[in-house]
Amino acid sequence: MPSIKLENICKYVCRDVNLTINDKEFLVVLGSNGAGKTTLINIIAGLVDYEGSVLFDDVPVDKLPANRREVGYLFQGLLLFPHLTVVDNIAYGLNARKWPQSRVEARVDELLDLMNIKHLASRYQRQLSGGEKQRVALARAIAPSPRVLLLDEPLSSLDAQTAKYLRTELKQLQKRLGITTVYVTHDLMEGVAMADRMAVIQNGRVEQVAEPEKVLFYPDSERVSDFIGAPNILDCDYCRDLGQGVMEVGCGGLKLTVPRERGQIRKVAILPRHIYVSETRPPGLSVNGFQGKITDIRPAGSTVKIWVSVNGTNLVAEVQSYIFEEMNLKVGKEVFVILRMRRIRCYETGN
Amino acid sequence: MSILRKLRPGWGLLPVAVFLALWELVARLDVLPGHFLPPFSAVVVEFYDLSASGVLGENFLSSLVRVLIGFVAGSVAGITVGTIMGWKKVINRALNPIVSLFYPIPTLGWIPLLMLWIGINEMLPITLIFICSFFPVLYNTVTGIRNVDTDFIKAARTLGASDGKILTTVVMPLALPNIFTGLRLEAGMAWRVIIAAEMVAIPTGIGALLMKAESLIRIDIIIVCLIVLAIMCLTFEKFFEYLENRLTARWR
Repeated sequence: MPSIKLENICKYVCRDVNLTINDKEFLVVLGSNGAGKTTLINIIAGLVDYEGSVLFDDVPVDKLPANRREVGYLFQGLLLFPHLTVVDNIAYGLNARKWPQSRVEARVDELLDLMNIKHLASRYQRQLSGGEKQRVALARAIAPSPRVLLLDEPLSSLDAQTAKYLRTELKQLQKRLGITTVYVTHDLMEGVAMADRMAVIQNGRVEQVAEPEKVLFYPDSERVSDFIGAPNILDCDYCRDLGQGVMEVGCGGLKLTVPRERGQIRKVAILPRHIYVSETRPPGLSVNGFQGKITDIRPAGSTVKIWVSVNGTNLVAEVQSYIFEEMNLKVGKEVFVILRMRRIRCYETGN
Repeated sequence: MSILRKLRPGWGLLPVAVFLALWELVARLDVLPGHFLPPFSAVVVEFYDLSASGVLGENFLSSLVRVLIGFVAGSVAGITVGTIMGWKKVINRALNPIVSLFYPIPTLGWIPLLMLWIGINEMLPITLIFICSFFPVLYNTVTGIRNVDTDFIKAARTLGASDGKILTTVVMPLALPNIFTGLRLEAGMAWRVIIAAEMVAIPTGIGALLMKAESLIRIDIIIVCLIVLAIMCLTFEKFFEYLENRLTARWR
């Protein structure tokens, strides 16, 4: 499996893109719609003409047409061939490469097992659910043992539960196969959950390439910070293991409960949209629930940003405009906020 | 309920039976002036006589052979040229204006020209049927091929398929429904055209028999010919509908 290097790539919105993807790495390309994400992987796949150079293991592949680059590509629309059964779809790339029939059959069997889709073998794509199509498309993409795997928002059309499940599975599979992978998404949390490194691109420019925590806690620029949703980042004074898989961290005036991490937690981050705001005290045991005072309210497109001061610590929360209109929130008013524990990201250093 | 359900496939025949009964009744009661409507039973008898004497069979066969040769040749040529035009933009750009010029000409409009070029022989109706099938099949094939989502082509390409492989294993199969639309329409149309050609220019075939019956004022024979025609148009169209279902219903 090769490393991939992009040198001075220009195409459509992409301008002078330089990017290196390490051998066996899972790189997430993160950007909003029209940022040039799909263009970038189409260039790696050789599906479009471009200026600049693409190198696999330092060897230029610009002259190689798409059908000889040996990339596996999982398209956003999946594009299973409707006139072929699941088996024939998976075998397509093998037959195209003129594998002998016995090897094709063995390989298809292996993939049906690997993806747990043996029972779907003779179905057509219209007889498959969204998640099943996903598995078949992935099996088809990796069947010819490509050198590089490219994934274009493959989970965006699935419901949250299925997407979460497949995400884990995909990541495990990638590690097992040790295949260099580029994964395109606009979903920050998806990127953070999966990436070895993330490349944030905006308007065809690579703004930052770093580990997910780096991007989250140390955004290189205002643009990156804005794109990832300007998270609340809090410095931690101390952290204490509470047992039961959770830890308590003290951040200024806040005592937060977070999922346990191995090292010493230095910072925590939470996106404004993952902070709930309520006028009344929420019923029941509220983990990470606090009382605070509104210091500012600003509309931001379809949402409204609300600044809340809790024991001297400032938090920014974000609510949908239509929900905001139902509420009676004013600057100076006392409100309750809840920081969703599972959404808090921690930045830790060694023990 | 179960009896009703069993009968359902035969329900299409019920209106036909009612129609035939009414026809018989009206003709027997002689309510129409001029004796120009023989009863259905007389037509059936004539059908039998014509078949037994071999007149119907002979004329039917010569029409059938013309339709088959012309239609098969026209369709094969139409699909071949259509595929090349649909697949290669340059060729499409070169040929499309010419095809657009020829396509709207009604097939029967070619008769005078072809009579002079070919003369009155078997090649004349066959050429007419060829023209009648070629252009619509070509047109539908081009549309079918061009309508295949280019993303499928990209997907096949990343899987390692060459252009030729993509054409035969992805593009052509996905264009089949469109190609069949062309074939199905033209299979019936070929019969309509052959009758007209035989009525005007050729002395054999069902169309010629029709014209002879007209000059002898044999309305029963005319009706027999029309029934044969209706059945053939329907059979040809249904055959392609069946073939289309066999080939594409699994995945559509």
